[in-house]
Amino acid sequence: MPERLGAVWVIAELTGNRLTEVSLELLGKARALAAQGGGSHTSAVLMGNDTGSLAEELIVHGADRVFLIEDPRLALYQNDLHAFVLADLIKKHHPEIVLFAASYCGSELSATVAARLGTGLAAHCTDLRIDDRGELVQVVPAFGGTVLGDIFCRETRPRMASVKPGIFPKPEREATRTGEVIKETAAVLEGYKSPLKAVRIVRRQPPELPLEKAPAVVAGGWGVGAEGWHFLEKLAGELGGAVGCTRPALDEGWAQSEDALIGTSGKTVRPRIYLGFGISGSAHHIVGMKDSGVVININQDPDAPVFRISDYGAVADAKEFLPVLLEKIREHKEE
Amino acid sequence: MKIAVCIKPVPDPNHYNKITVNPETKLLERKGIPMVINPVDKNAIEAALQLKEQAGGKVVLVSMAPPDAREKLTEGLAMGADEAFLLSDRAFAGSDTLATARVLAAGLKKIGGFDLILAGAESADSGTSHIPSQLGELMGLPHLNHLIELNLEAASLKMKTKIEYGYAEYEGNLPMVLGVAKEINKPRYTTLMGVVAARNKPFTIWGLDELELDPASTGLAGSPTQPGELHLPRHGRKAELLEGEPGDIAGKIVAILRAAGVLV
Ligand SMILES: Cc1cc2nc3c(=O)[nH]c(=O)nc-3n(C[C@H](O)[C@H](O)[C@H](O)COP(=O)(O)OP(=O)(O)OC[C@H]3O[C@@H](n4cnc5c(N)ncnc54)[C@H](O)[C@@H]3O)c2cc1C
Ligand SMILES: Nc1ncnc2c1ncn2[C@@H]1O[C@H](COP(=O)(O)O)[C@@H](O)[C@H]1O
Repeated sequence: MPERLGAVWVIAELTGNRLTEVSLELLGKARALAAQGGGSHTSAVLMGNDTGSLAEELIVHGADRVFLIEDPRLALYQNDLHAFVLADLIKKHHPEIVLFAASYCGSELSATVAARLGTGLAAHCTDLRIDDRGELVQVVPAFGGTVLGDIFCRETRPRMASVKPGIFPKPEREATRTGEVIKETAAVLEGYKSPLKAVRIVRRQPPELPLEKAPAVVAGGWGVGAEGWHFLEKLAGELGGAVGCTRPALDEGWAQSEDALIGTSGKTVRPRIYLGFGISGSAHHIVGMKDSGVVININQDPDAPVFRISDYGAVADAKEFLPVLLEKIREHKEE
Repeated sequence: MKIAVCIKPVPDPNHYNKITVNPETKLLERKGIPMVINPVDKNAIEAALQLKEQAGGKVVLVSMAPPDAREKLTEGLAMGADEAFLLSDRAFAGSDTLATARVLAAGLKKIGGFDLILAGAESADSGTSHIPSQLGELMGLPHLNHLIELNLEAASLKMKTKIEYGYAEYEGNLPMVLGVAKEINKPRYTTLMGVVAARNKPFTIWGLDELELDPASTGLAGSPTQPGELHLPRHGRKAELLEGEPGDIAGKIVAILRAAGVLV
């Protein structure tokens, strides 16, 4: 056991004054990597202003240590300020592995810090593990997820990776877990005058049932058409689920907002059941739903590639079939 | 105003289903898939052309790619850009995002004098979204990625970037490096006149020597990350076709929904 092996770090991400789910998902993975010999223990980094109360939340989800940096200059995420503080902290504590959320801000922050430190960064990892030789294997999607590639970072440290929300399971909360909170400062920002100014952040109210939590996802693609879209909403309602979509359906304005987009540029979902209508099965979409429980697809083209990644498929016109299915469900509920 | 746009030729995303990995050689097979300008890079070109229309100046395209990328850069010139630089050298092969950013930074510095450097937010093939930030860092310039709005007022920019469930607003002064998201605009169509004009626009190819780059800083040798094996994701679904009248099929689906526990 090398004596000076550093820790596995998770960069916690905030939305307003809450931790994002993916921050906790990463903690579970970080602990697993440390257990496989990837690091001495698990630490989380929490940067913000007045966020100290969240440290406990990180500990009960798996952090042994939390580096807490509270500073008014970190109240709003801004890549240069956060990167300065984080790069400084990494140089001081020498972690082995640093995990980031592959969110909009997390992607930017990880790329910025990797360039500052001249170290390797693997984006949008779908798997992370330590191999027999003790190397970190980072699996990344290419060509929209058609192909997966292993990425190594053999020479430089730390090894850094970003992971999208919903890829790894969220660890259980262990109320009795204890950990250490280490306060650090943003002293590195003294005298720095940023050329950027974060003015404000505007967030919509997230939907009551976020797509990624829905037990059933009813997904629609180009083949559903404007006139068929309301059937999807109805079906999702019957199943206590949520409506998802492909990019063309979003671009056409059929889907309510981009919160419904599934795939490379959207969400990763794994509902108990995924029911797709008028979706061709492009890699960019499949990568976001391939780990769903049961997958059913309806498409009028018998050769649609989507059938190959489905448990069940039916060749039908989505607009005609949807009302038939709704009627069957109604009959069933009445029985 | 002198604006650079970094563009990347990528295999056409509409054909990614045809890409596969040879089980023996473990190499990528993507024969017959046409190359296109990375889709969102056209939005970056459009943003540059609009700024030029507003403030005057020049739009310069820059790409690190093999020699046959000339055709794609020419397509960008046909959209209305003024000049193109292709950074191409065997020594650049195998570059990861940081090594790519080093080459692009060297090219942009050598051309010099840019007020704004634009890129797409993500490439369709590797899709890391790293380049805009890493380029900004290496050039020592402020940077932002995933821009959905960009307004130029004198030498200052008002910007909106995408975040989950919303957006963030920023202000900054030129020069900057910015990655644009597809929501920012709708790329214009190329006109026949544009295509004709593109043939006579200045086009330069630079390699390692012209860029005065250390071979150890680029390509596979200069990349902190190294690629290992390629795999195909395993789907392992049974792909059973439900047959019969629509009503019968709907009945079967109701049974599946009940078994999955989403319908009681
Ligand atoms: C960088 C990048 C990122 C991307 N990210 C995403 C992403 O995150 N998510 C995403 O979804 N896409 C994404 N895309 C787009 C993606 O490549 C595909 O274009 C898209 O997923 C296709 O959507 P679709 O299946 O709805 O449409 P199409 O491919 O047009 O397929 C429509 C299907 O509907 C069928 N159909 C037509 N009419 C009917 C009918 N009446 N009844 C039944 N079936 C019918 C057709 O047979 C066809 O199979 C991305 C692309 C790029 C370049
Ligand atoms: N080889 C390259 N040459 C020029 N621009 C590039 C290159 N690779 C990436 N880019 C730019 O960086 C953006 C983001 O790419 P990526 O970081 O690969 O997702 C792209 O949309 C391009 O604008």
